[in-house]
Amino acid sequence: MVDKQHLLNSKQMAQFVADGLLRFDELVPDELNRAACAEMEAGVLRGKAGVPMDELWQDLAIGQVIRLPAIQGMIDSLVGPGPLYDHHAVHTVNANHEHGQIWHADAIIDTRMHFDVQFFYFAHDTPREMGGTMFLPGSQYRRVSESDIARYQNFLGQMPMVCKAGTVAVAHHGIWHCAQPNLTDNKRYMFKLRLNPTVRQKKLWNTDDIDDAEIPGLLNANHRWYGNEVRLEAVNRIKMWRFLTGDDNFDLSYWLSRLENAPENELRAA
Amino acid sequence: MGGVIAGLRRLSYIEANFFSEDAVTQIRQKLLVLYVHSPDLHSAAVAWSLYDGTGQDRSSSGDSEEPPYASVVAAMQDGWRVVQFPQQYPAYPGMEYNTSYLKYEYILEKMEEIHGG
Repeated sequence: MVDKQHLLNSKQMAQFVADGLLRFDELVPDELNRAACAEMEAGVLRGKAGVPMDELWQDLAIGQVIRLPAIQGMIDSLVGPGPLYDHHAVHTVNANHEHGQIWHADAIIDTRMHFDVQFFYFAHDTPREMGGTMFLPGSQYRRVSESDIARYQNFLGQMPMVCKAGTVAVAHHGIWHCAQPNLTDNKRYMFKLRLNPTVRQKKLWNTDDIDDAEIPGLLNANHRWYGNEVRLEAVNRIKMWRFLTGDDNFDLSYWLSRLENAPENELRAA
Repeated sequence: MGGVIAGLRRLSYIEANFFSEDAVTQIRQKLLVLYVHSPDLHSAAVAWSLYDGTGQDRSSSGDSEEPPYASVVAAMQDGWRVVQFPQQYPAYPGMEYNTSYLKYEYILEKMEEIHGG
């Protein structure tokens, strides 16, 4: 059980629901970063999909990274205790690689409310000329199959992970992303890990601030790239917040409440 | 009479250059894909892609932070021709709140000369 101090709070969860990801800069200590880089160069043994995450990498630096209290706190808050290992990958971009990867979402169309998380761990410094993974905040609820989005090249609000060693991002499985060119003379590494929940994802985080006045504003973020569909994005976030909190009356700007107002049904019932 | 001679001279010039290996000019297509805020062609560009058939440019993901034009109309004013409009469909029942691809995708082209043969 993770100590409460390491759990995410409600504002962070609201940001995750709106943006589809959270980033934590320079979270992992340097010594572990160096050891993790060495392991990535050598290759990290792949586990069997669906096994408990706790069983993997007991003797590896990568395992120590995952077991850091802050990362355990993210896991417990987002997918809950006892998650399953889905898969991992050591993603690399060769030195002097000039083209960006096509935009994609991982896997296929996923219609669940339950969600998996993916950790993106940057174990060495990643300046812009080295790329970084490019994310599109707010894209996680869009139903697309993997590279269906490859025609797109640029969006307002796209966010390259330019970061120092030890930075970790945790994202909803549906987030759109792509690797960026690496114009340096060094190979770039990034470790990605996907986990599945085994419990109902409801109020798993530190909910002490559940009524914080900033939460509606966080959920109402406008990422601009979806233009006129901003209100549909808000509806999807309302639904996710209701799912996560169990509060079926939660709303933003009355969007769902007015649609759920069906007085003719009550008349019939009377 | 003078006009006829001038016309013949011009025809001779065109033929000479048309068949000259040094002056072969070919036309190639550049495509600009603009995604805008709404179906209004004046509305703001929110996403964009460029595909260059001249071979001069190789765009890829994440290579610019601002759109090349503020709107479709702004691109038209710079000589781009709209070659495809997005069709608009009502939402399928039960899918009113689903989101997927960007709806307002306009494909524009510009034809440019390349030299050489």
